[in-house]
Amino acid sequence: MTADAAFGVLDRVGKSFAGPARGAPDIVALEDVSYSFKQGELVSLLGPSGCGKTTLLRIVAGMTRVSRGRVEIRGREVTGPQEDFGFVFQAPNLLPWRTVLANVLFPMEIVGRNDAAAKRRALELLDLVGLSAFAKSRPHQLSGGMKQRAALCRALVPGPSLLLMDEPFGALDELTRMEMQDLLLDIRRVSGTTVVFVTHSISEAVYLADEVLVFSRRPGRVIDRIRTSLVYPRNAALRYTPEFTALEHRAGAGLGVVRERAAS
Amino acid sequence: MIENRLVRFLLPVLGLALLIAAWHLYVAAFNVPVAVLPRPALVLDSMIANWRLIVSEGWITLLESLYGFLLAFALGVPLAVAIAGSRTLNLMFYPLLIATQSLPKVALAPLILIWLGTGMESKLAIAWLVAFFPIVVDTATGLRNTPAEFLDLATAVRASAFQTFWKIRFPAALPFVISGSKVAITLAVIGAVIGEFIGSNEGLGNLLLVANSQINIPLAFACLIGLAVIGIGLYAAVAAVELALKPWFGAAAHS
Repeated sequence: MTADAAFGVLDRVGKSFAGPARGAPDIVALEDVSYSFKQGELVSLLGPSGCGKTTLLRIVAGMTRVSRGRVEIRGREVTGPQEDFGFVFQAPNLLPWRTVLANVLFPMEIVGRNDAAAKRRALELLDLVGLSAFAKSRPHQLSGGMKQRAALCRALVPGPSLLLMDEPFGALDELTRMEMQDLLLDIRRVSGTTVVFVTHSISEAVYLADEVLVFSRRPGRVIDRIRTSLVYPRNAALRYTPEFTALEHRAGAGLGVVRERAAS
Repeated sequence: MIENRLVRFLLPVLGLALLIAAWHLYVAAFNVPVAVLPRPALVLDSMIANWRLIVSEGWITLLESLYGFLLAFALGVPLAVAIAGSRTLNLMFYPLLIATQSLPKVALAPLILIWLGTGMESKLAIAWLVAFFPIVVDTATGLRNTPAEFLDLATAVRASAFQTFWKIRFPAALPFVISGSKVAITLAVIGAVIGEFIGSNEGLGNLLLVANSQINIPLAFACLIGLAVIGIGLYAAVAAVELALKPWFGAAAHS
């Protein structure tokens, strides 16, 4: 991969937080993470809780500053949130006093582009995720999966070139989660958006990604890079193929879970 | 469902009926003098006989309380916005507000009477004074306790501080504004009555004092009931606003 082809470059990124008490040593959340990804790729950041993968995502998003190293997206250093980034949080994070449509349009309202075209696009997106009948509903009338779909629409409405997702399906039940994964793959196929996806689910990481970055426990370090090379379009049947299982196995071994199991 | 609603309506009525029955039985059984505790029927008689007076005096007390509350709301919410939005203003005024709160405001009532006279103004001022604090403090608390994930959203979409305030922090604080208002409106009635007690020639509080001095205890009880009706009515009005906003906020404060 040449430097020109890279969409995003992480160059020896490190992050430390102040210790819990005065005089306590700093907590190193991330250490020396270098990586680059191309436009249109879907990268999974996989690791145990507290390994710094969410911190890394927030750094790429420009929502958290690096302590060391630098992040470049399309050749420009990220120093704050960018207009063409979309962020999907762990919780749906919909504003309860707004309708679903008004929530989806929130980013457009903030940048002053809440016009007819934006509304049309928001309605198209809601239709795409199967929520068009709920445009006028309030968030509390929606199920968890529906809320997260609305949140996905909100991230997509400005037409982001980079979509950042922080364990967005972690709180959903298994079936809803699998539906959402397929929905994400569909959306990404249509939009061509580059995606960085944080998860602690091995199978989710493998199912979605072109490449899985496996993180160690704190301080978070990349301990394995797994290029999945699985075919598109992907569907549930893929989960039961030997190559899928082999990828899961490799990721699990990286995390230490496979070995632990064999030992016990 | 219907049965449930019926039960929920009937049980409080039954509770009230039992209380009145116990009151009646107590007075009848121990031959309590009217000047100490009149029978419920006598209170009812007095209410019927004096209803015009009770309503007209009650109307004055109602207005004093309501205006005092509205003034507290109109001044309290902007002050809360100011102290929640500015660290400087917060440091300057918040300790002062807490200090003011620990002062029994009844103690100020005689002074206020000297400053503003025995008319409507002094009652309104006392009602305002007691209602002001809960509105300011609850609103400021709400503005300061915006769920962190909403602020994260604001960061992600690059909302300005102004946008974050008006589109996220303020609406997120509305349930706090309402809970402060519920406390405030009840206190406003108390404030108005205290004002009337200390110096006034009108209002239900005044009528209550007059009835007491004439040992017209049934009328005094009728005044008490009138005050309760005012308090409950004003509280219900705020609760109705809350109910109207409920679809806005959903079951939980945030999703």
